[in-house]
Amino acid sequence: MLDLDTAFSALSDPTRRAILGRLALGEQTVMELAQPFDISQPAISKHLRVLESAGLIARRVEGAKRPCRLAKGGVEAIDQWLAMLRKALVSNYDRLDAVLADMKPPRGRRKR
Amino acid sequence: MSRLTLKTEGDKCIVVTRRFAARPEAVYRAHTDPTLVQKWLLGPEGWTMPVCICEAMPKGKIRYEWANEKGGGFYLTGEFIELTPYRRIVHVERMHLPDVTPDNHVETSFEPDGTGTLMTVRMTLPDVETRTRMLSTGMERGMEASYVRFEHMI
Repeated sequence: MLDLDTAFSALSDPTRRAILGRLALGEQTVMELAQPFDISQPAISKHLRVLESAGLIARRVEGAKRPCRLAKGGVEAIDQWLAMLRKALVSNYDRLDAVLADMKPPRGRRKR
Repeated sequence: MSRLTLKTEGDKCIVVTRRFAARPEAVYRAHTDPTLVQKWLLGPEGWTMPVCICEAMPKGKIRYEWANEKGGGFYLTGEFIELTPYRRIVHVERMHLPDVTPDNHVETSFEPDGTGTLMTVRMTLPDVETRTRMLSTGMERGMEASYVRFEHMI
């Protein structure tokens, strides 16, 4: 089950976001993932553990390898939550635009 | 001009920015005058705010009640913490769905931007249980109710 707190925390790191970006293209092994980054495989593995415990990626065992992929529903759940918040705000502020247009200039603006 | 941005900041905050074609004085008033708040803080079509208490002073009370034609309703309570006229509002709020959600701390600032205003809203993320509940409620009820709820986190 996705833990959104852990997920947001996991997403706060740029390397982990970059890893997710690469996994969006398809399943990859740790070695493949480590390649474009200037960090060691153990460091990548540590990031992967964080992403896995946040429910954002899933791993399977294939011999000695443990290829990673995006977890179904993980990133989507966050996106969906933020999309709902955004939609609500957009509709509120569009309405506020109209309210502001209708407002008379504040009384204090008249020159004495 | 009216583009909204929404970003997460670290793992605890959401930061929203929005420009308005009115001066900070007006945008601030629209956030602190109950007769104005009542007109826009409504969420999707079909909801009204029959009760709007908005005592814009330190320790002043906030209470927004929403209703729709189908007899649905819920409300929000909160308190103002700090107000700097036309510049900044800090308040805390919680939803009653009817179960009460944890406090959401919200800081809203208004900066002059040409002839208009750049508004920045920094809110704390609700805890995981609240977010998960909001999310699952949204899925069950086809989102509509949740849009209303989410928006009141501002």
